[in-house]
Amino acid sequence: MTSLAWLLPAALTLGFIGLVAFLWALRSGQFDDLEGAGWRALDDGEPRAHKPVPDGHRGD
Amino acid sequence: MEAALDVRPTSERLKQGDATETVALSVPDMVCGNCIRTVETALRNIDGVAAARANLSSRRVIITFKTPRVSVEDLVSALAKVGYKAGQLAEGSADEQAARRSDLLPRVGVAGFAAANIMLLSVSVWSGEASDMDPSVSSLFHWISALIALPAIAYVGQPFFRSAINALRGRRLNMDVPISLGITLACGMSLFQTIQGSEQVYFDAAAMLVFFLLIGRTLDEGMRARARGAAENLLSLKALSATVIEKDGFSRTVAARSLTPGMHIAIAAGERIAADGIITSGASDIDESLITGETVPRAVRVGDRVHAGTVNGGGPLQIDATATVDNTLLAEIGRLMLSAEQSRGKYVRLADRAAGFYAPAVHILGLSTFIGWMLIGSGWEPALTHAIAVLIITCPCALALAVPAVQVAAMSRLFNQGVIVKAADGLERLAEVDTVVFDKTGTLTLEEIRLADAANIDDETLLHAASLAVASRHPYAQAVVRAARDRGLKVESRDGIQEVPGSGLSIESNGHVERLGSALWVGNDSTSSGDASLWYRRDNGSPVGFRFADRLRSDASEIVSTLQNAGYGVELLSGDRTEAVARAAEATSINTWRAATRPDQKLARLNELKSLGRSTLMVGDGLNDAPALAAGHASLSPASAVEISQTAADAVFQGEKLWPVVQTLTIARAAQRMALQNFAIAVAYNTIFVPLAVTGHVTPLIAALAMSTSSILVTANAVRLRTMKLRLAPLRKSP
Repeated sequence: MTSLAWLLPAALTLGFIGLVAFLWALRSGQFDDLEGAGWRALDDGEPRAHKPVPDGHRGD
Repeated sequence: MEAALDVRPTSERLKQGDATETVALSVPDMVCGNCIRTVETALRNIDGVAAARANLSSRRVIITFKTPRVSVEDLVSALAKVGYKAGQLAEGSADEQAARRSDLLPRVGVAGFAAANIMLLSVSVWSGEASDMDPSVSSLFHWISALIALPAIAYVGQPFFRSAINALRGRRLNMDVPISLGITLACGMSLFQTIQGSEQVYFDAAAMLVFFLLIGRTLDEGMRARARGAAENLLSLKALSATVIEKDGFSRTVAARSLTPGMHIAIAAGERIAADGIITSGASDIDESLITGETVPRAVRVGDRVHAGTVNGGGPLQIDATATVDNTLLAEIGRLMLSAEQSRGKYVRLADRAAGFYAPAVHILGLSTFIGWMLIGSGWEPALTHAIAVLIITCPCALALAVPAVQVAAMSRLFNQGVIVKAADGLERLAEVDTVVFDKTGTLTLEEIRLADAANIDDETLLHAASLAVASRHPYAQAVVRAARDRGLKVESRDGIQEVPGSGLSIESNGHVERLGSALWVGNDSTSSGDASLWYRRDNGSPVGFRFADRLRSDASEIVSTLQNAGYGVELLSGDRTEAVARAAEATSINTWRAATRPDQKLARLNELKSLGRSTLMVGDGLNDAPALAAGHASLSPASAVEISQTAADAVFQGEKLWPVVQTLTIARAAQRMALQNFAIAVAYNTIFVPLAVTGHVTPLIAALAMSTSSILVTANAVRLRTMKLRLAPLRKSP
């Protein structure tokens, strides 16, 4: 019976952490674009040479 | 040049220099990861753009930029350069939708948390009953359940409570009234029983109920938001810009919605006119097919009035914008639409009709259970417990999910096929349709016209005419070029072509004079030559006439016969000339047609059909169809329709084909059938469990199981609609 004393709070706390994590993710806009998020993970981030570096400045 | 016009004090302008603005642009062609990158990179490379974030799900980009340095038109043209059409969304449309979503989703999360943890405790209590759980432990578990359930349900149930209170205030009953009553009573009684230390505790049932209902509501809301967003995206591309000529001679591009009367606007050939106005210089042909249904362009000159939404087919024009209020055409259409919409507002949705029967029945059943137990002398407490158990078990969980689950499935199936259902009750009204009324121009036919008698014209003449025509943006000229290209001729533009707006084209080369244009322009004065609308003449040779017809959508006649075979009445109402309408009616074998109908005549015909007891689906795209679209029992319009018609229509379909009309009717009727099936499931569930509740045999375990199973059953049935094979079944003949 004494095990209930810590099992119950542990179960509720874990569930609560999950809920807080969900609400945080929701609020920070992580569910706003479910389709785009998958593609963004594949994006390397470096824009492909849209601003060529002038010759004289190379290697600075 | 905008800065040159700025007359504010320097200090104010400098402060303005730091101001940033955020706009949402719709980019409907953005479909993959590469598109996101291209769009974002193109925007971020503009000097003065602070941030650009594309959203692939909603096909929109949110851009923050410095105001005087960058304008929305700059952003749109930057996207056009990398190949994406973009349009500015009407203000506030994005925020409202986001607010609704963010209101429901956190509630779903909290409800899920509460339901899961309470179930955990309840399952222990249930299994404890079979073994030997100490009463003090089960009482502790009930107290913890109460501690989770009460605050959670108070927060999570708010959408239902609010809607129920609103309905009661308006002296109506909707599904949320029995839902709210069921939830409140379940919680209240469970709390009372927990304090008493008894076993009749229903927190689990209440929490599961709210969780399932919220999921249903969120999906419904999400699908509607998606449809509304897509409809707004389509409309945003219609947003026009205009070239305004300032008093000092400078010209600048402004959005059509910021035009004011008195502004001087330049309109290039081929451009859509952004405002109503009176021509101050130039002459041209105006394509008014979207406004009146008339396919033959109207010749205009200085002093004539032109309407917003029409296309300038000939030469460049300059107009003075006039206020829309003094425009008789638009004002009349607005007035007609207003009266037409009022009649439709009285439609009562299926779920609310069901609630009208269901809610009183449930409450009477609960009351008679209480009275019955009192009469057999069981005392008030068990009598009340059993009465509340009846209310909990009849709480219309399945019933409240029955319609939304089906509608979400139907709307998303239609959405994937390019049909955007915008009206909340649109599907239900579409399912009741028995007569389809088509508009001709732009609906049965495409907006493009085609050369009707190409077979009578030899290759050489066609090639010569086309090489002249290629220089013009007149719809006739473009049709000639298309006809030549279809025949495999290589059309090349020639130097030295002169265009006289309203008359035609001419060229002088190698001592030959060639002319293409009106009969007068080529010098053909014989009236015996039939109904040719364009003429070609080389030197003094005999003139060759070209006849034009509008092009039917490729599956128009097939769709009409499918509808007729299924028992639908099909009619054609057009604003175009009698011959043109007769031709289209014959080609599609529609027997009932009217030509040269004005907007009020279309409206009158729809009202006439209604008084004959017919439920009419209006399919139209023009401004002249807008009142009829608002008046029809249901309405559809193609994505090419004018803004006002798209707004009036219940659903918008995309693509070149007319097939979505049949598809929409089929799915709407299947959805209606499914909704009724779901009602049947809900009723069957009640006939099994209500007797148990009335006789006092509903334990918390049975309540929780019954509620979840019926909800899952109803949802699973609705999901079938996504993949089911469907075809248009014949209508049952009404007496």
